[in-house]
Amino acid sequence: MFKEGNFKNWWNRYGIGYSFLLPFLILFALFVVIPVVYAIALSFTHYNIIQKPKFAGIDNYRLLFTDDDVFLIALKNTLIFAFITGPIGYFASFIVAWVIDQLKMRNAFALAFYAPSITSGIAMSVVWLYFFSNDRYGFINNLLIKLGIISKPILWTLDPKTILPVIIIVSVWMSMGTGFLVFLAGLQNISKELYDAGAVDGIRNKFQELIYITLPSMKPQLLFGAINSIVNSFGVFDIAVSIAGMPSPNYAGHTIVAHLYDYAFIRFDMGYASAVAVVLFIMTYSLGQIFMKLLSSKDE
Amino acid sequence: MGLLVLFTSLPLIYMISTAFKPYDELFLYPPRFFVRKPTLQNFVDLFTALDSTVIPFSRYVFNSLFTTVVTVFATVIVCSMGAFAIAKYKLPYANTIFNIVIAALMFSPHVTQIPNYLIVSKLHLLNTYWALIIPKIAVAYNLFLMKQFIEQIPDTYLDAARIDGAGEFKIFWQIIMPMCKPAWSTLIVFSFVSNWNDYFSPLIFINRQELKTLPLVLQSLAGGPGQVARSGALAAATFVVTIPTIIVFLIMQSRVMKTMAYSGIKG
Repeated sequence: MFKEGNFKNWWNRYGIGYSFLLPFLILFALFVVIPVVYAIALSFTHYNIIQKPKFAGIDNYRLLFTDDDVFLIALKNTLIFAFITGPIGYFASFIVAWVIDQLKMRNAFALAFYAPSITSGIAMSVVWLYFFSNDRYGFINNLLIKLGIISKPILWTLDPKTILPVIIIVSVWMSMGTGFLVFLAGLQNISKELYDAGAVDGIRNKFQELIYITLPSMKPQLLFGAINSIVNSFGVFDIAVSIAGMPSPNYAGHTIVAHLYDYAFIRFDMGYASAVAVVLFIMTYSLGQIFMKLLSSKDE
Repeated sequence: MGLLVLFTSLPLIYMISTAFKPYDELFLYPPRFFVRKPTLQNFVDLFTALDSTVIPFSRYVFNSLFTTVVTVFATVIVCSMGAFAIAKYKLPYANTIFNIVIAALMFSPHVTQIPNYLIVSKLHLLNTYWALIIPKIAVAYNLFLMKQFIEQIPDTYLDAARIDGAGEFKIFWQIIMPMCKPAWSTLIVFSFVSNWNDYFSPLIFINRQELKTLPLVLQSLAGGPGQVARSGALAAATFVVTIPTIIVFLIMQSRVMKTMAYSGIKG
């Protein structure tokens, strides 16, 4: 134990600092750290909120991967979704940032490109539903019919085959913003001297500049963008629900988060839903770690 | 490039144009993109017609505005203070804490939603504004961004102030915060956007109709997914939900650009 004098010393040295940190620490522990541990613990139980949790071993996980076909569909949809929207959003936002950085009227372009990502997913799904409307009033059906490509309107949000692609298009449209903003700022921060030095060392064109100077100096921003797009693309939910409904036809728009929501807050099977959350946690966290290794710049 | 800008801005332009369309233009066939005779009828409908359904639309606007503004204010203060402590006092375990914060950037908030629900219900906060505010104050990203920024401020400023007899809180409030204006302006934008648009938290924490926020109401106004009913009021509501975030961003844009350069992760 501390002697009183020791505590006084400690307080004089660190007391103020910890007082500043305390509000954050309490809330962060209560709503982030403890919940992660809590979710992992709950995933090994049966828990319906009314009765006490009952230890269940790995039952939930076994059920999830061997017996729950809907979960496997959700997993497949989320993976397809993530592996398409993640990379497309990531590279598109980098390329656009790179091009816009060299343009005049940078801010106007930046706003046009960034605006979709600060709008509400729900609100924008409403707008996109006008475009992908299932009757001939929909813009896209109308256009395709006029061009003679189709004769009957396509049931965009009802046909299991087109649901996921529609969700992907809307999400890509909405997801490019944050990464884009970080990349643009990173690009503006690279000092001109680096490019001058590169020119002396024999770099001839914009493309070589990009590979040898721009990308390496932007590692921290690239890493942030990657983590951001992983978390967002695996967490797809509100856009999917408002476009395809829940449950969607043939579960074509069902995602991991939708499954979690279904079991946790409709059926109140918290243990099982926590297992779903843990699977989501492991996927995003391990992908995040891989990118940390790939794009680390700690030693530089 | 032009095509891309078209892809990003067309739906927004259409949204704005539709909100001002009179009835006969809403149901026109073939559909027309731009409004011919703009009218405010849709907005009038939205704010008055819904009155008959017990709760006026303005109540939902208030709910969203109130919870968002309080959350933004609280998170900026709490996360800036925490970041200041980690960046400028050599606290034991500060590194460990910061590493946990970085780790928390790497998973989606949905992971913690079930325990959060249980905790919020234990604290008897379900169906209150606090359920939408308190869990969203300590945000890993916000602390992370502020810390990157505060670290750049030389210690000599702080030492000089201390010699002049300034207390630690005064240093934080009158030196650190003014120098970090770009950083917390950015936080205001991000936090405003994410709380204003948040759909998941009110969905699970709020059942009472009079406490619901705009995203929930907008969705039920859409008549459930897949169909477009009450087109006029819906178009106006979409407009009302979307415009505030764009205005907030426009006001802060130049500061945001300055800050984002600090948001890289060294790893």
